Amino acid sequence: MPRIFAYILHKGGVVADSAAELAAAARKIDPIAAPTAILTGWGADLETACNALPASYSEVWKIADESLAYPNAELVRKALVNVLPGGSVVLIAHEHFGVDLAPGLSIKMQAAFVSDVLGIEGVDGAQLKVVRQEFGGQISAHVRCDTSTGAVISIRPGAFKPVESASVTGLIVDKPLAAGTLIAGRRYLETIPAESGDVDITKHSILVSIGRGIQKPENVALAQDLADAMGAAVSCSRPVVDAKWLEKSRQVGSSGKTVKPKVYLACGISGAFQHLAGLKGNPFIIAINKNPKAPIFQVADVGIVDDILELLPELTNKVREMRSVSAK
Amino acid sequence: MEILVCVRRVPDTSENEIELNSEGNDIERDDLVYSINEWDNYAVEEALQIVARLGGSVTVVTVGGEDDEEVLRREMAMGANHGVLISDEAFSGSDGRGIAAILKAFVEENHYDLILTGVQAEDGGAQVGGMLAAMLDYPFASLVNSIEVLDGKKLKISREIEGGNKEISEIDLPCVLSIQTGINEPRYVGMRGIRQVASIPIRTFGAADLGLDSGTVGEAAAKVNRLDYFVPALGKGAEMLRGSREENVDRVLELLGAKGGLK
Repeated sequence: MPRIFAYILHKGGVVADSAAELAAAARKIDPIAAPTAILTGWGADLETACNALPASYSEVWKIADESLAYPNAELVRKALVNVLPGGSVVLIAHEHFGVDLAPGLSIKMQAAFVSDVLGIEGVDGAQLKVVRQEFGGQISAHVRCDTSTGAVISIRPGAFKPVESASVTGLIVDKPLAAGTLIAGRRYLETIPAESGDVDITKHSILVSIGRGIQKPENVALAQDLADAMGAAVSCSRPVVDAKWLEKSRQVGSSGKTVKPKVYLACGISGAFQHLAGLKGNPFIIAINKNPKAPIFQVADVGIVDDILELLPELTNKVREMRSVSAK
Repeated sequence: MEILVCVRRVPDTSENEIELNSEGNDIERDDLVYSINEWDNYAVEEALQIVARLGGSVTVVTVGGEDDEEVLRREMAMGANHGVLISDEAFSGSDGRGIAAILKAFVEENHYDLILTGVQAEDGGAQVGGMLAAMLDYPFASLVNSIEVLDGKKLKISREIEGGNKEISEIDLPCVLSIQTGINEPRYVGMRGIRQVASIPIRTFGAADLGLDSGTVGEAAAKVNRLDYFVPALGKGAEMLRGSREENVDRVLELLGAKGGLK
C-alpha cells in the first residue's frame, strides 16, 4: 500500500474543513495506516495550522518557506515534488486551489490523476476503484485508477463524512526544501473582495432561487413577483449571473454566497454541486425543473417536474389570493 | 498574439435527460443534443476579444472524430481564424493525461503565446489545461475570470476564488489559462454564420503526424479508465408531486405555510 498524503489548506492559522474529509477519504483507501498531512506556508500561521489538525493524521509534514506564505499553486507544486516519496498517493480538496494544483502535480509526480472524486469503492493491489459524476451530475461512473506510480486524487468537498479516529495527535516533521528560492511564472498581487449588492440574500429565511430555466432576463420578474408575495428574496445559480440577468451578490454557491434559509424554492436550477455547496443549514427544498433527471431532485424534499415559466405565475396568484382572503 | 483554444463537443446537459444504455457501459446517445462545451465557448470569445484589440489569430483545436468538426465550424463562425481536428484510432481510450499529451505534441509543432481551455467539461473535471501546462513547463492559472494584456510578455489575470472574491496575479507568457463562465458575453452564432465557414478547410492531424504512439496515448497508456456508468442514488430523493399543475400549486402553498415559507 503506497503512503497516503493529504494536502491541507489553511488560512490565518485555521485549517480548512476539508482536512477532516480528506482523512476520511484516506481511510477508505487504507483503513489501517493513518494518512500523513502535508502543509505548506510560513511563520506563525503555519505553526498554528499544524497544531490544529484533526487527530486523524498520524504525522504532519511541514514545509516552511517564505515564498509559500501565500499559496501559489506552482510554488506549492514544486515544494511537494521536492519532498514527496515516489509512488505516493496525494489527496487534495477539489476547490479553487485544488483545481489549480492537482493536474500539474500529477504530471510532475508521473502519477495518475482523478479529479472530483465522490466515493472510493475498493482497492485491488494498485488498482483503486472510485466514483465520479459526469453530465452535470445526471450520471455517475465507476473509474479505475492505476496507482502503481502514485496518484493525485482531488476529493469533492462534502462527499466524505469526517470520522473521528482514535489516532494519537500527529507528530510534526519539518521538511526543509532541497532547492533554493522557489520561482514561479505566476505572481500573486492582491485579492479583491466580492461586491455587496442591493439585497443581502444571506439575511433572508425564504429564498426563491432561479437557474438557467428562467431562460430570459424579462422572466426574472416572475420570480420577483412570487418572492414579493411570499415575503422572500430572489437568489440564483451561476448561469443567471453569467448571463448578467442578476448581480453576482445574488448567487448561491461555492463561488457565490453561502446561505442558510428555512425554505428554498429552487426554480429551473439543475443542482450542480458547486451550487449546493452554498446551501447550508438543512433548508426545506422545493425543486421545480423540466428535466426529471436534474440532480436537484436528489437533494430536494419535494419535487415537481414542470415548466417554471408557467408554474410560477400560478403560484404567485394563489399566494396573493390567500393573502387577500386572510386579510379580510 | 497567437492564441490556441482547446474545445470539446459535449452533450448539452441543460437540454438533455441523460439515460443509461441497456449495457450500462455508456449513455444513450441516439437522441442527444450536442453542443460546444459551455466553458470552451467563453474561452473562444475571450480569445477573439484579445485578438480584436491586439491583433494576431485564434486557432480552435479539438481531439476527437469527424462529428466534432461541427463545434470547430461553430467557433470559426464566431470568428476563430483556424480550425484543427486531431483525430486517430490510436487516441481512443485516452485519459486526461493522454489528451494533454496529444495537445502538447501539437503545441510543440506550432507556436502560441497563449493557450486557453474551459475550466471543465460537462463530462469531465478540470484536468487537461493544468496537465498540458505542466507538460510544457508553462505557467498555469485555473478559474480565470478576467484577462488584461500588460505587454507582449505578461498578463494580469483574475481568478475566481471562494465567496466570489477575486485573486489577482501576473503571469508570464506563454501560459495556459482555464476560463470560467461569465468572463464575457459570447457572441451569438446563427445558421447563416456557420454556412459561411462551411467550405474553409479544417486541418487534420493523426498520431503519426504528431509523432505520438501507444506508449503515451490511447487506452494502453491510460492510468485512468471508466469502468461503467450508473444512475446515482444520492440521499433520499425528493417526494415527487405528480398531480395536475393546479393540485401541485395547492400542495406547494400548503407546504410553504407549514415550513415557514410565507411571511
